[in-house]
Amino acid sequence: MNSIEQTEESLAAAGYVADRRLATAVFLSLKLGRPLFLEGEAGVGKTELAKALAQALGRPLIRLQCYEGLDIAGAVYEWNVQKQMTAIRIAEAAGEANREALEHDLFSAEYLIRRPILQALQSPTPAVLLIDELDRADEPFEAYLLEVLSDFQVTIPELGAIGAIETPAVVLTSNRTREIHDAIKRRCLYHWVDYPGAERELEILRVKAPGAAQALSREVVAFVQRLRAMDLYKAPGVAETIDWTRALMVLDTVSLDPASVGSTLGVLLKYQDDIARFGEEEVAQLLRESKSLAA
Amino acid sequence: MRLAQNVVLFARVLRASGIPIGADKTVDAVRAMPLTGLERREDWHATLCALFLTRHEQQAIFDEAFDRFWRDPGLEERMRAALLPKVEGRTPRSEAGGRLAEALAPSRAAPPPRESPPEVTVDTTLTFSASERLRGVDFEKMTSQEWDQARELVARLRLPVEDVRTRRMRAARHGGTVDLLATLRAMGRSGGEVTRIERRERSLRAPPLVILCDISGSMHRYTRMFLHFAHALERSRPRVSTLLFGTRLTNVTRPLRDRDVDEALARVAACVPDWAGGTRIAECLREFNRRWARRLLAQNATVLLVTDGLERDDVGLLAAEMRHLERSAHRVVWLNPLLRYAGFTPVASGIAAMRPHVDAFLPMHNVASLADLAKELS
Repeated sequence: MNSIEQTEESLAAAGYVADRRLATAVFLSLKLGRPLFLEGEAGVGKTELAKALAQALGRPLIRLQCYEGLDIAGAVYEWNVQKQMTAIRIAEAAGEANREALEHDLFSAEYLIRRPILQALQSPTPAVLLIDELDRADEPFEAYLLEVLSDFQVTIPELGAIGAIETPAVVLTSNRTREIHDAIKRRCLYHWVDYPGAERELEILRVKAPGAAQALSREVVAFVQRLRAMDLYKAPGVAETIDWTRALMVLDTVSLDPASVGSTLGVLLKYQDDIARFGEEEVAQLLRESKSLAA
Repeated sequence: MRLAQNVVLFARVLRASGIPIGADKTVDAVRAMPLTGLERREDWHATLCALFLTRHEQQAIFDEAFDRFWRDPGLEERMRAALLPKVEGRTPRSEAGGRLAEALAPSRAAPPPRESPPEVTVDTTLTFSASERLRGVDFEKMTSQEWDQARELVARLRLPVEDVRTRRMRAARHGGTVDLLATLRAMGRSGGEVTRIERRERSLRAPPLVILCDISGSMHRYTRMFLHFAHALERSRPRVSTLLFGTRLTNVTRPLRDRDVDEALARVAACVPDWAGGTRIAECLREFNRRWARRLLAQNATVLLVTDGLERDDVGLLAAEMRHLERSAHRVVWLNPLLRYAGFTPVASGIAAMRPHVDAFLPMHNVASLADLAKELS
């Protein structure tokens, strides 16, 4: 990936339709060796980008899913204490007296459980490290991440500092259920992933739902785009558009009509309050509007 | 290198308009230049966006600054544009305008006028909106005695918000679960003997707090006092967000975070357009639920709702939005100043609609007599 165009193309080859701005951010992140921080609504393709990037680069993808209370033991490394205990008991039973040697053995690589961050640093081929939904982790973990992201190094007290064999490409995502601290963002390249325009969404459907008829795809995209302009608790993301198209294909829908939309609305809208707003009348109205848009 | 200077200048303009940019990012921008090339303006825009932005909201200000700064084709013009932004007949009026004008203004005054002092043109169109906002409301400063009283009270305030158990562990004396790793370490220290079983338990922490404060006319007497309270809260505990609503919803978390309370309240006053006006509780709650709830209510947030609940418009919508709020928050606590009247019963339709959806319904003066204090001061 030596230029923005090439980045765009290789991502496309991996099945990800990126706009030029995103391709620029990805390209720069690789060239400058900075992590890429992707923020945006759920279902706009943040995680998907990391997967596509790994595929395009031919590198392994190592994924760390964040959750509240995620700590070093879950993210970086953990000692296999049970195994250590067993080793002690065996040494005792065998009457081995060399305490120092035993202690040394106990805290060696054999008893170390590697979690995603350490895996990414020690990967013999450079990896793509995806730190997914960072907003779900809590602040103490963010603070820890600072060291990892700036030095690509972790410290294990018993073993010392462990640096990266090959610097991994790092992608962080956030659904923005809370603000991530600026200190993290300052170390990264920032990109806000927005909903795609109609043209690009159509392109995405071509790639992700290849069997769909062109006419149906157009109607679907127009309908979803119209839906996003409405005042909803949760607007449908690209993931929903793809799912919906596939659902319609399974149901052998050739063209959108109020009945087929009404029965599959749950694929698009995930809040009961949103779904409840669309009675038959509203769906028909929305269909008329979007069809005139698609034509 | 001229372009490098321009990048530095541009970063300075952005910094002055409130987008924090580290020196390392400026260096990166200079490094990125040969990589992305300058043939396409949109690429340069994308490059600087990726490097300089840290929040989506900064985009509007950034775009406007970018448009002005990198408008002229020649480098020298760009340079001069940074020092002397030309104000043409029609300047784009947007919310970013005021801050940007402020940011560009000092850079106009700042350059050392060695050769020929640059002509300072006053950008009247852009400063107008800023002063218009400032005219809105001016907070009276409290006397120091009153402030001491208030601060004392605020210090004694105990919020009816319990700590929540997190998923993070900490060492425990009794109870909890056995901490194998710590036990093993202790064994190592004592030469292989199990001297005690180390234990750990889940730690407690104060949940995030979201303050939703009504600033409409009927709440006017309590607002100032409560803002002092909110200021103290924001400074004393982590993860507090404050939003004000009257006819519109405004997030004042950042302006309120200023160390000096008078400074903080002045900032708040400057960014709130609808002091002591009407109320549209339902509409504002709706906006909160749609725009902010998912960002602020994660991780067991507690909502402190400060309003008298006197909604006149849409009671049906109010009930629906309250239901939504109740479901997305860990706890909803309603502080209602009207409750200080003995014999007050919630019969107003708005109150009746909201009442079932809160976990606690408290008079403000129960939280350390905030209401009484407000009466004394007004």
